[in-house]
Amino acid sequence: MEKWYLMTAAVLLGLTVRWTVSLNSYSGAGKPPMFGDYEAQRHWQEITFNLPIKQWYFNSSDNNLQYWGLDYPPLTAYHSFLCAYVAKFINPDWIALHTSRGYESQAHKLFMRATVLIADLLIYIPAVVLYCCCLKEVSTKKKIASALCILLYPGLILIDYGHFQYNSVSLGFALWGVLGVSYDWDLLGSLAFCLAINYKQMELYHSLPFFCFLLGKCFKKGLKGKGLVLLIKLTCTVVASFVLCWLPFFTEREQTLQVLRRLFPVDRGLFEDKVANIWCSFSVFLKIRDILPHHIQIMISFCFTFLSLLPACIKLTLHPSPKGFRFTLVSCALSFFLFSFQVHEKSILLVSLPVCLVLSEIPFMSTWFLLVSTFSMLPLLLKDELLMPSVVTVMAFFIACATSFSIFEKTSEEELQLKCFSTSVRKYFTCFTFLPKIIQHLFLMSVIAMILLTMMTVTLDPPQKLPDLFSVLVCFVSCLHFLFFLVYFNIIIMWDSKNGRSQKKIN
Amino acid sequence: MAAFGIATGGGNWFSALALGVTLLKCLLIPTYHSTDFEVHRNWLAITHSLPISQWYYEATSEWTLDYPPFFAWFEYALSHVAKYFDQEMLNVRNLNYSSPRTLLFQRFSVIFTDALFVYAVHECCKCIDGKKAGKELTEKPKFILSVLLLWNFGLLIVDHIHFQYNGFLSGLMLLSIARFFQKRHMEGAFLFAVLLHFKHIYLYIAPAYGVYLLRSYCFTANKPDGSIRWNSFSFVRLISLGLIVFLVSAVSLGPFLALNQLPQVFSRLFPFKRGLCHAYWAPNFWALYSALDKVLSVIGLNDKWFSSAVPAHSPSLSDALGHLYLHSDCRVGPRGFLRCLILCALSSFMFGWHVHEKAILLAVLPMSLLSVGKAVDASIFLILTTTGHYSLFPLLFTAAELPIKILLMLLFTIYSISSLKTLFRKEKPLFNWMETFYLLGLGPLEVFCEFVFPFTSWNLKYPFIPLLLTSVYCAVGITYAWFKLYVSVLTDPPVGKTKKQ
Repeated sequence: MEKWYLMTAAVLLGLTVRWTVSLNSYSGAGKPPMFGDYEAQRHWQEITFNLPIKQWYFNSSDNNLQYWGLDYPPLTAYHSFLCAYVAKFINPDWIALHTSRGYESQAHKLFMRATVLIADLLIYIPAVVLYCCCLKEVSTKKKIASALCILLYPGLILIDYGHFQYNSVSLGFALWGVLGVSYDWDLLGSLAFCLAINYKQMELYHSLPFFCFLLGKCFKKGLKGKGLVLLIKLTCTVVASFVLCWLPFFTEREQTLQVLRRLFPVDRGLFEDKVANIWCSFSVFLKIRDILPHHIQIMISFCFTFLSLLPACIKLTLHPSPKGFRFTLVSCALSFFLFSFQVHEKSILLVSLPVCLVLSEIPFMSTWFLLVSTFSMLPLLLKDELLMPSVVTVMAFFIACATSFSIFEKTSEEELQLKCFSTSVRKYFTCFTFLPKIIQHLFLMSVIAMILLTMMTVTLDPPQKLPDLFSVLVCFVSCLHFLFFLVYFNIIIMWDSKNGRSQKKIN
Repeated sequence: MAAFGIATGGGNWFSALALGVTLLKCLLIPTYHSTDFEVHRNWLAITHSLPISQWYYEATSEWTLDYPPFFAWFEYALSHVAKYFDQEMLNVRNLNYSSPRTLLFQRFSVIFTDALFVYAVHECCKCIDGKKAGKELTEKPKFILSVLLLWNFGLLIVDHIHFQYNGFLSGLMLLSIARFFQKRHMEGAFLFAVLLHFKHIYLYIAPAYGVYLLRSYCFTANKPDGSIRWNSFSFVRLISLGLIVFLVSAVSLGPFLALNQLPQVFSRLFPFKRGLCHAYWAPNFWALYSALDKVLSVIGLNDKWFSSAVPAHSPSLSDALGHLYLHSDCRVGPRGFLRCLILCALSSFMFGWHVHEKAILLAVLPMSLLSVGKAVDASIFLILTTTGHYSLFPLLFTAAELPIKILLMLLFTIYSISSLKTLFRKEKPLFNWMETFYLLGLGPLEVFCEFVFPFTSWNLKYPFIPLLLTSVYCAVGITYAWFKLYVSVLTDPPVGKTKKQ
């Protein structure tokens, strides 16, 4: 593409920001006995390298599942094994069985950070660049701007390179899946997505839209002919990829069951810690976790989740389109985040990725959402002493989006993709013309609230009787935002008619 | 909302660039810092805790005050803010004190004072014409110049990682250049006089200022063919310039003159006891000379007279001759002054005494202004900048900073080469095959020096080899750029009238 050098500059800038953030602290740094996610990843390298596969997911004297037992699918385990293999060449002390527990050193930190960067560079970043280059009806300048903004999204950078995780691997695979499926490389797309699910089970949040979109495609091709062939091929691809990933664990029934038990801990409650979803926010008023029995909790969460995502999925199956697919990914993932059980605050990244993908279509709302998503993780980031990088990356992201997309000039009804909706509402309420203004004011209030809460959390001490006051406030405010966005994205999906698709984008 | 929109909209790309690089500088806060950090902490302590009479005598720490008085006053002003961050850093006895708050304060002071640099860049952008520009923002000379200056790799790693205050000093220099372009000569002279009393390394470029002011400001008119009209000499202007320089020097050195400390101050400012080359050889002529010397000694051809013929002086005769030639025929106005300044800086770098590799920035930054003007200048600029920046690599030797320096270097180099190539795409290619080959050779050199050599057995016997190779390789490039610039200045056809800036 022309101006390839600007795209290269955007990628290099993204990489630089990632590495400079990684110079900061990580989760659980210097906090024995449990430490944090960083130690968990190191421990998994220790376990996968030193123990045979059959013992990876089982409790034993060598593998204490209470101390960061493996609770991700097999691909994560294989990845840890690969990293451990490299670690052995550099310094075997890092992964020595038992004795390396809680190992912390500058060299080891560099090694761990490097593994994240390499994984990111190989999987996530190429997917983002390819996605942006393939955007349709968009000028080169906007493609590069999209790439820059997506790569500068603070949430992913802070969690992967600050807190320490490997979300870029699973999100990267999911993005390859989206790319494949959107451009009719269905088999490769579904293979990539299966890899994503087998890396982190939370990717199941995205599985329904993939399923509905591919099913819709099969229906469109006609179930009597090509559609059926496609369906069979897809089924075979999915089954084959799962079998390949789980092969060592399919040898015994008990192995498979134990892995499933580790992946889906139904024994734990509706939510753990503070998270910006409905159940945690609702429990401010009514402690449902304690009142209702366990299986009722699961039933309720199941019902709410599926009821909220059903309309979008049905529409996607009946009218499959890449645009509908992207928006359904957002709304599905958001429904799961808000209503599902055992949701962690980091799962908001599963919603942020699809929102990044629609950044070029609705820049204003996407930027707003992505800012709120980073804000919702504030308590976690403060615990990891990542205040400075958080503030800086959020400001950088905001400036990048604001200048690239001129977001404040794009708040008309048409640009918010709410034209069809507003027209329908105006049939009943003719005075409904102030939607853009409302949204602008809401945005202003939202930003002020987020800044105020951040400052309060950082500078003030919470009162004695309510030690979690600020965390709960952050979660509550974020939850309100997410509900608003859920409604907004569902409106776009449901009112997206053929008229919307024929409008030319002027960039 | 609309106003906010306009403010952050596409129209204000300059603010976005400036804010963006400032945020990047904030991210660089936790990186490695060199002993220069302790140097400046020590100076904060000295100027805050001790009376003026002790400033240039204090020697508890090995990092004694060796910058002119204005810089000492600057540190004094900073120290009054520092006391709100951490009082302990202002204790002279707290050697190597670097609490988190000290680090935060020092880093923020560099970032904050860079505001002057941003303003200077803004003024410089006004001085270049955008006639050649296309409609696309990223192809406008102003945009490219802003990026080349604001996001300059050398400044970022020397100021915000290694730790120095070159940002606002370079800002003063660029501002004085901009004032000359805007025909505000008195202001420019004043700014330069102030700059000299901040950091005396700028003496290297003082001849350019002196000759230009004399020629283009004191002689108020030219003959039709461009040469000097001798009877248009204005004594008033000469006196006023002299007065400015005198007053600035009086404010700076006056207190020390009154205390009879001038010899001590000068001995601190110009320590001639140090050797010809620094610990790490700046990639200049002496590096090539020393390398040749070493090679000869290894071979066995080391004649005593060769190594003892080291001429122990600063900016060479050739430099002076060059100036005389330039200014006897100086019809090209501020642009000619700029070229002369760059030549001064580069010649001093090439032949100067105890030159630091960081001094290459003195030539690189003003050269950026020329690079967006003509293709020839762009080509020289790119060679100079790329090799100059690469020669700064040994300053950051820690593993954690390795990805940062490589990524930022790639970012700047790829952007500068591609954007200037796009700007001058209608003219002949910027590099010939030899230059391309040379620049590409930097990649393998880096791989060898940082990734291959440390794991070989030679690392124990000859640990200086990477430094030697880097220094000599870059010296070749910088010498070539210096030579090409000299030739282009001497052979440039004189412009009849100064271009409308």
